[in-house]
Amino acid sequence: MVTAVTSLGRSGLYDWLMQRVTAVILLAYFLFIGAVVISGPGYAEWSALFSQTWVRVFSMLALLSLGAHAWVGLWAVFTDYFTERMMGSAGNVIRLVAQFVTGIIMFTYTVWGIQILWGL
Amino acid sequence: MLQVSIYRYNPETDAEPYMQDVQVDTGGKDLMVLDVMEMIKAQDTTVVYRRSCREGVCGSDGVNMNGVNGLACVTALSKVVKNNKLVLRPLPGLPVIRDLVVDMSLFYAQYEKVQPYLQNDTPAPAIERLQSPEEREKLDGLYECILCACCSTSCPSFWWNPDRFIGPAGLLQSYRFLADSRDTATEARLAKLDDPFSVFRCHGIQNCVNVCPKGLNPTRAIGHIRNMLLTRAT
Repeated sequence: MVTAVTSLGRSGLYDWLMQRVTAVILLAYFLFIGAVVISGPGYAEWSALFSQTWVRVFSMLALLSLGAHAWVGLWAVFTDYFTERMMGSAGNVIRLVAQFVTGIIMFTYTVWGIQILWGL
Repeated sequence: MLQVSIYRYNPETDAEPYMQDVQVDTGGKDLMVLDVMEMIKAQDTTVVYRRSCREGVCGSDGVNMNGVNGLACVTALSKVVKNNKLVLRPLPGLPVIRDLVVDMSLFYAQYEKVQPYLQNDTPAPAIERLQSPEEREKLDGLYECILCACCSTSCPSFWWNPDRFIGPAGLLQSYRFLADSRDTATEARLAKLDDPFSVFRCHGIQNCVNVCPKGLNPTRAIGHIRNMLLTRAT
């Protein structure tokens, strides 16, 4: 058993399942938004659409899914390339900084998304 | 004349590895790559590589031929040579000991991790532990692995994390014992695999399937392990 404290759920299976479930949610959301965009809505239509609770919930779900999906994916990328093995002890520092920055960006987008969606 | 470019590195005399160009007269025959390597060795006895059975059974002569891993003894020139040029390199990702010989310690350490032997804590029967033909059939496509390391050294996930990702060869053997009806250590075996590296570094790109000289499918075995982990945890 290899230990890894920075992965999303500490468990490979959990991360793997999370990435697949969130991918399905994101696919459904982007198909939905894509269909809306193709129908060419104006401001009034957009506003009416996003005033409905289910659209806000769906958007929030997609936003959280994007955060989890991005964390699992970028965590895999960072632990592939920014490692002690590849670049000496600097690798660990670069990786932790990259993960920290990724975390801050995801957190900011999530809070900002809540603000936009629910107009707080 | 076949143009061969061969990877040379002798740590005792060379500051760094280099490619050496050699011309080999194949007499127009579709030889195996190992035959060409033997001809090169006849010209220059300092060339070093591993070989033994010369018929794809021992798994010693895994090398990288024109960018593709395989066993030199069972790979015909017509399968790999393009524009009369053959580039021979050691298996990628493992430390080079000399020329085409790589240090397989990391590969074997991962193999050791999966405890590749039958474990059964029930009392041994008088003669043998029986298996039905159906149970035995489940091991087909798993037990044939000869540990040549062609698959694991063609896998980017194994290149980046050879100390943490078990790799296709190790995981194929892991599933070989998970699938064995006579093995009773399934739970303990699975418990050791549920981390983000051991199994889940596999992203299913199937380089392993592409290069396996025995035609085995480690990606499918990894999928079975994943399903067993999922069933166990949900």
